[in-house]
Amino acid sequence: MATALTRKDFVSDQEVRWCPGCGDYAILAAVQKAMPEFGIPRENIVFISGIGCSSRFPYYMNTYGFHTIHGRAPAIATGLKVTRPELDVWVITGDGDGLSIGGNHLIHVLRRNVDLRILMFNNRIYGLTKGQYSPTSEVGKITKSTPLGSIDYPFSPIKVALGAHATFVARSIDVEQKHLGEMLKRAHDHRGAAFLEILQNCNIYNDGAFNDLSDKAIKAEHQLVLEHGKPLVFGKNRDKGIRMNGMRPEVVTLGNGISESDLIVHDEKNLSLAFMLANFEAPMPTPIGVFYAESRPTYDAAVNQQLEAAKSKMGPGDLKKLLERGDVWDVH
Amino acid sequence: MAVPPESAASAAANGGEAAIPKQRTSRDHVVIRFAGDSGDGMQLAGMQFTTESALAGNDIATLPDFPAEIRAPAGTLAGVSGFQLNFSSNEVFTAGDEPEVLVAMNPAALKANIGDLAPNAIIIIDKEAFTDSNLKRAGYQTNPVVDGSLDKFQVFQIDVTRLTTLALHDLGLNNRAVFRCRNLFVLGMVSWLYQRPIDSTLAWLERRFAKAPDLLEANRRALKAGYNFGETTEMFASSYVVEPARIKPGRYRNITGNSATALGFVAAAVKAGRPLFLGSYPITPASDVLHELSTFKNFPVYTFQAEDEIAGVASAVGAAFGGAIAITTTSGPGMNLKAEAVGLAVKVELPLIITDIQRAGPSTGMPTKPEQADLLMAMYGRHGESPVPIIAAATPSDCFECAYEAVRIAVKYMTPVFLMTDGQLANGAEPWLLPDLDKLPPIKVEFAKDPKGFMPFAREEETLSRPWAVPGTPGLEHRIGGLSSENLTGNVSYSPANNELMVRTRARKIAGIAREIPPVEVFGDQDGGELVVLGWGSTFGSIREAVKQARAKKQSVSHIHLRYLNPLPGDLGDKLRRFRKVMVAEMNLGQLLKMVRADYLIDAFGCNKVQGRPFKVSEITNRINRALEG
Repeated sequence: MATALTRKDFVSDQEVRWCPGCGDYAILAAVQKAMPEFGIPRENIVFISGIGCSSRFPYYMNTYGFHTIHGRAPAIATGLKVTRPELDVWVITGDGDGLSIGGNHLIHVLRRNVDLRILMFNNRIYGLTKGQYSPTSEVGKITKSTPLGSIDYPFSPIKVALGAHATFVARSIDVEQKHLGEMLKRAHDHRGAAFLEILQNCNIYNDGAFNDLSDKAIKAEHQLVLEHGKPLVFGKNRDKGIRMNGMRPEVVTLGNGISESDLIVHDEKNLSLAFMLANFEAPMPTPIGVFYAESRPTYDAAVNQQLEAAKSKMGPGDLKKLLERGDVWDVH
Repeated sequence: MAVPPESAASAAANGGEAAIPKQRTSRDHVVIRFAGDSGDGMQLAGMQFTTESALAGNDIATLPDFPAEIRAPAGTLAGVSGFQLNFSSNEVFTAGDEPEVLVAMNPAALKANIGDLAPNAIIIIDKEAFTDSNLKRAGYQTNPVVDGSLDKFQVFQIDVTRLTTLALHDLGLNNRAVFRCRNLFVLGMVSWLYQRPIDSTLAWLERRFAKAPDLLEANRRALKAGYNFGETTEMFASSYVVEPARIKPGRYRNITGNSATALGFVAAAVKAGRPLFLGSYPITPASDVLHELSTFKNFPVYTFQAEDEIAGVASAVGAAFGGAIAITTTSGPGMNLKAEAVGLAVKVELPLIITDIQRAGPSTGMPTKPEQADLLMAMYGRHGESPVPIIAAATPSDCFECAYEAVRIAVKYMTPVFLMTDGQLANGAEPWLLPDLDKLPPIKVEFAKDPKGFMPFAREEETLSRPWAVPGTPGLEHRIGGLSSENLTGNVSYSPANNELMVRTRARKIAGIAREIPPVEVFGDQDGGELVVLGWGSTFGSIREAVKQARAKKQSVSHIHLRYLNPLPGDLGDKLRRFRKVMVAEMNLGQLLKMVRADYLIDAFGCNKVQGRPFKVSEITNRINRALEG
């Protein structure tokens, strides 16, 4: 790379057309800010998206970009990454795009561990189609398509990712710029499919969905920031923690004989712990940060290793030999 | 048609007299069908016999015909698997209308095939398989071998099971393993009957059973036992000789359509100097292309078995974005699922080949049987105005050229292309004159490199093709997508006039491919005549043979075969109008017919069949005769 890039180098010349106040602006800003730190030449960065508000994202990044079809971005990205492993490929998706119409591709790209960064903007609503419930909307939600309340039981994106045995699973929040920046860096540095759920406010159709986690006055009581090797502490005064009561986690208040040494220490490499944290529902706090990270060979690298192995075993492809494989005969 | 061995019946009756030297009877061609349970190895026997015949220098055409079920209930009609081969000392166009020889491994195989046989055909049966229970399973009330219903055929009852068992008795194999060698015994016997050398089969067995010496020995012995039995038994008074065909000099191999398709793609990628990427989901009868390409990794060939049909094509779109020669393979039901991604490739103008190995539909239909009913889906089966070139192969070896041509057009015009074959071509085989690789048309891939004035949707003047600008190229960072986009820049645009401009430009680009489509070749009356039969795809052989026979009878009948279905050749309308009558023969209810009528306002009529079976020559002949009378 000739000269260091700045945030501005990643801003495209296209007018951003999300609704004023949309959480997507914050995510775009965080990604554009983080990009220069990764030190990757712009031409080697590709953003691939599906359909939905979030999927307009590639138009606003001054890199290579491909706005594709609903739900299929992981499959399209797989074809690109496998044949061009040197590229830094990002997938932008939403809760509808990634978990409803594209659920199948998402679980398979995660289990294969294709070396992609997958950012799922979760606003628990269909925005672009103007306000229907999504696969992450809570039961009972009143929307345009559920006037009597949704009766669909929702997915947890984190649990889906863990269930598909993703090698990197994390969560952040649109307005938590510093935390989001850290998570983007972690996702970027991971080799393999890095899944980052970003809780995102849709101020038009689902405003305040994550208020507990974003309202400065109360968020500390509801956010549990996961840090590898550190005890699970939260609360405005950092006076609450999570400890095991037999096989069940519980919230405890520090003091009165309870100290940090009684609390669970977060371990990113513990899949069971990751599942347990993913199951936290009120009154438990909502974890953000890296739930799980492990090192496993990536699909794209393995594919290319097989190609290399075949080449060193059989030599480079020889078309004439290939055509004459098997029984041939000459007619004179 | 062949005449049965004159003395066979009496020779069999006279068994016990001193052996006389066997005579050899000459035939110009033989149509033989192997039939048995789907577990009896009839496809294998047929394929090996095909290889033996090809190596013996005959021209050949094959027609495998098997059930979709891997192992349908044993002994039932549903489980019968057949393999038909026409081998000849002349050029052949089809696997033959009526088998002159049937090998039936059980009563069901006899019952399922007897209606197709030529008068006086030879029937070879495994006598011991005609038990009461097998007869009942096949729905026979009485044993046809003894009740006189086979009197008009030459029936040879062979103790295949017993003789195979005897040949292998000291190998310590279980009954099941021995039973599974019966096909090799039959292959050996038939190989003797038609004087085919069995060396290629022996060599194949050695490769196949390299890691199982006991099975290798068993199969070898069964094959040789069958061969020797043919020579020794007095049942067969004569063997038959089909002299080598006089075909064009050169190096040949035997090839199936699916293999030729795979090789055509590899050849195109090598010529283009780019890696080949196949994104595919297993589906009958297309899966063999995936299997075959997955063994060519060193070229390099990437094969990606995706989670579904959509991911198969979508991954190929991604690979095309990155600069690979990207293909996907499927059959009818998968075609539907891929439609949306094909529409994306049309819109963003990326090269992609969608191979539709057609099968009988609708829905799951008859997965192992051929049909040509996806043509209009390839033409129109997408949302919006999204024209896509279509190329169809005529014969198994033609799949090579068509696959190659599909890639050439896709990269030259930056467009998805449909390659249409079908189940008959996919599994059928013929001798293939290996192409001179230096004479294959060039496939030029030049990625955009220069940032100066770069615009992703600027167009080449003649082809209207846009630049292929792949990620990793400094200074060409740009965004493409499904949203309507501005001319030249590709930026999102909702301008009504711009949208129409882009739709019309893409349509003009595809229509312009007609410039380089060779003139239509008329087989027959160049200046026109009474009737022309128009066809596409695998019906080529049946139509050509029927038209040849008609012309031999001095009927004014010609044949036009189409490789390019979209765009159609520029001179097609003109050529068709030279004939008083235009008949379109296809394995659907009239799809090319609709296109021809719509494009040229010609009052053409159809000759149609949707039975999951290719046209018999006689079916086309009958339709020709009716048309000439009418």
